[in-house]
Amino acid sequence: MKKAGLYIHIPFCHSKCPYCDFYSLPSLTLKEEFLAALKVEMELYRGIFPLFNTLYIGGGTPSVLPPAEIGEIVNTAMNLFSFSSRHEVTMEVNPADIDLNYLRELKAAGVNRISLGVQSFDDSVLRFLGRRHNSLQALKAVEVTRKAGFSNFGLDLIYGVPIQQFSSWEESLSLAVHFQVPHLSCYQLSLSRETPLGRSVARGEIILPGQEETAKLMAFTTAYLEAAGYERYEVSNFAKGEAFRSRHNRKYWEDEPYLGLGPSAHSFDGSKKRWWNNDSVTLYIKSLREKKLPLADEEILNEKERMLECLFLGLRTKRGVSLKKLGGIPPERRNEAVNYLTKEGLATIKKGRLRPTAKGLALADGLAVWISTFAESPPSLGRLTP
Amino acid sequence: MENIRNFSIIAHIDHGKSTLADRLIEYTGVSDPRTFKEQILDDMEIERERGITIKSRAISLPYQAPDGKVYTLNLIDTPGHVDFSYEVSRSLASCEGVLLLIDASQGVQAQTLANLYLAMEHNLVIIPVINKIDLPSADVERVVEQIATELALDPASHLRCSAKEGIGIEGILKAIVERIPPPKGDPEAPLAALIFDAQYDSFRGTVIHCRVFDGTVRPGDPIRFMSNGATYKVEEVGRFLLSRQKRPSLSAGEVGYIIAGVKTVSDVRTGDTITHELRPCTKPLPGFREVKPVVFASIYPISSDDYEDLAEALEKYKLNDAAFVYQKDSSAALGQGFRCGFLGLLHLEIVQERLEREFGLSIILSVPSVKYRFVLKNGSTVYVDNPAHYPDPAQIIKAEEPYIQAQMLLPERYLGGVMKLCQEKRGVNSTLLYPGPGRVELIYELPLAEVIYDFYDRFKSLTQGYGSFDYELIDYRESNLVLVDILVNGEKVDALSQIVHRDRARARALMACERLKEEIPRQMFKIAIQGAIGSEIIARTTISPFRKDVTAKCYGGDITRKRKLLEKQKKGKKRMKMIGQVSIPQSAFLAVLKSETQ
Repeated sequence: MKKAGLYIHIPFCHSKCPYCDFYSLPSLTLKEEFLAALKVEMELYRGIFPLFNTLYIGGGTPSVLPPAEIGEIVNTAMNLFSFSSRHEVTMEVNPADIDLNYLRELKAAGVNRISLGVQSFDDSVLRFLGRRHNSLQALKAVEVTRKAGFSNFGLDLIYGVPIQQFSSWEESLSLAVHFQVPHLSCYQLSLSRETPLGRSVARGEIILPGQEETAKLMAFTTAYLEAAGYERYEVSNFAKGEAFRSRHNRKYWEDEPYLGLGPSAHSFDGSKKRWWNNDSVTLYIKSLREKKLPLADEEILNEKERMLECLFLGLRTKRGVSLKKLGGIPPERRNEAVNYLTKEGLATIKKGRLRPTAKGLALADGLAVWISTFAESPPSLGRLTP
Repeated sequence: MENIRNFSIIAHIDHGKSTLADRLIEYTGVSDPRTFKEQILDDMEIERERGITIKSRAISLPYQAPDGKVYTLNLIDTPGHVDFSYEVSRSLASCEGVLLLIDASQGVQAQTLANLYLAMEHNLVIIPVINKIDLPSADVERVVEQIATELALDPASHLRCSAKEGIGIEGILKAIVERIPPPKGDPEAPLAALIFDAQYDSFRGTVIHCRVFDGTVRPGDPIRFMSNGATYKVEEVGRFLLSRQKRPSLSAGEVGYIIAGVKTVSDVRTGDTITHELRPCTKPLPGFREVKPVVFASIYPISSDDYEDLAEALEKYKLNDAAFVYQKDSSAALGQGFRCGFLGLLHLEIVQERLEREFGLSIILSVPSVKYRFVLKNGSTVYVDNPAHYPDPAQIIKAEEPYIQAQMLLPERYLGGVMKLCQEKRGVNSTLLYPGPGRVELIYELPLAEVIYDFYDRFKSLTQGYGSFDYELIDYRESNLVLVDILVNGEKVDALSQIVHRDRARARALMACERLKEEIPRQMFKIAIQGAIGSEIIARTTISPFRKDVTAKCYGGDITRKRKLLEKQKKGKKRMKMIGQVSIPQSAFLAVLKSETQ
């Protein structure tokens, strides 16, 4: 059995960012009841997976909680679930919330990896994104994180922001490289319709950069960071060496089991069942008071759905997808597809895995759809090549 | 027989033919107001939408004239498109007179004139009727003048009506009785009945629509189709009211139906003569022609799972369309399908639409073709209507293509444009006639392949709808033909192969490539689209790939939603046909078939 990951969603923020569609409340009034409910949820799931090796505290903004409360959560998790000795404990923090003491206490509480929500080192971009911190706080956050003794940490950065000049993006990247940040997540700004910025885009008030431009930005980012010694191990994730990859996040892409706790969190049993919680703190508290899981829904995946998932998740990563996971495709048809992708420079075959090239990574979703459609369509009967 | 009148209504499109038919039916009390539906004669949905009548029908209207006598007025409806001109001629041959309907605001139009000529050919009594006189834009006086000057008819002979408002209907019925002569014929003479239509009834088999010219036919009579000698025993005869009404006999002058155990409509030939097996008439009624398909195309289901459904749908469709022929066919690119023969492009479109609409099928059509003739080195002559069966070019001694004689009537001012079009379409041996002031009759010999390609649409737009066009096949003529293939990423899409004149090859190939480029969505890789004669590439375009589609974030909470989104994309792709590695939408196939002007 593969080792599982534990995700804990802290559904609180001091303020909502207009581009973010993660579930959270902008007030901490329900904090105590939530923490009590979280404990109950952990108890109810006791024994679900034999062994965990990652814990990820995300949100929301987990850094709205004091280190002691984080310590309490980590402790409860460690007591109720069995963790391997070399486990990763990541926490997302907002640069506005932290100082050296805060981070030292987190470290003492058992957190060993920090994900900093920097987003940009450019104040105008930070303002556009509605962030609480400024570029100075961002720089300081990097500094104190390291000072507090975290060698394993990462930054989130966003590109493709409407007001962002190319030079601003280049500047953010160069600062991250300069500070030798071991892990970088570089996300293209993508907006759901349910967010304030998403609605502005729908109304035509804001225009997002087009496909050609974002493709160029992505290619530039990749080239820049690879030249600086980073490995692009996933579409948006770069690490300075294998040790600094996010072990927790890899579970999502590599078909491994994970348990998600807290409102709106998703879980996967590692074979064919996915389930998820209600996105409501009040419902969450209410259910768990009655010792009931706050489930919203679940699904059991069939073989075709599984294969499509393995494809679109695996093809996001440098490792690619194991050909064994494509067992549902007739071998001849599979070879035909693989040969074609190889010929087009979209993927390579290595050690029984279909691995996307940089060109292929940018098209991971289309590749997944294409392969599974190709696999299910009948082969042509004849061919003529002039 | 004195009390029978057989007539048709002829008109330009939208001049109100079907509405007038409805009013006549209503006025004579045939239809029960409770079951009355607008435009009873055009009862197929598709006919109504296109405003044309595809299958001719007949109905017998009982009318008590002011003289107190009850007359039977047989209204025979006609289809209104060049593809069906033979069917129209057989319907008119069954009549003694016509109502020539003219829209009071639009006046004489192209088809008014063309229909008038047809009626004159059959020596029918013509009653001009000006319709829509209630419209504010009606200009009755101008139309009366046109009747005299453009139609060369007696302007005093016209009637006025508003079919929509029911104005003038009585006058029309009176005129039918007074002006159209009763049919002639001898009920005691040997039987001679003209078949003008046939329909399939799932309980009774084929219902033959006919006009009896001589003799009498009764249930139990052995009858013979004179064209092929097939014999049947009559089970039932009768007349058409809103439904079939059984009668003891049908006699000279009458219009009605015969049911005689004929299995399918394909066993019946429109225009054929029915006679009595034991006491046949000496010769068939004139004008019979074997209707043969002239346009051929293959039909494939988009999803190969739908093949059986398509087979069943074609079988059902065929029951009611004798002119439609089909047989199994298969394509390397598109899988199992059917090769079909049609009377013309409109016929093809009707079949396509009905398969999609009535049978809910998604289909792909190959490029339509005519039937070519090749003389080969081994001395044999082969006919080829499917590019897939194009002979080995090294074996061809002589290639020939069918020619038609086209007859076009049009206002003089459009002559230049139409002549240019005919020349561009490789037309030869033109003749120009002046049948009336301001109007010309242009006769051209043209390759049929050029006419089915995009001739008719361009002709209509050049003449702004004022031109009428009719054609007949004349002969085969030697031609420099080549087979043009279309390749998508090196894969031949055989349904898009075309046999074309060498001079046309490059332009046709390039256009197909451009059309495909417009319709095939960008994919993850570059797509090369090529046109080729054998191994020689004569046209080429490429579709550049899209570069990025992956979403930035995909973590635990995104997976289910994302999978559903991609499944939706997959579904969209499955509605396309995968040729090699490229998904090609149905619209791309259709776009290649469309004309340059659209």
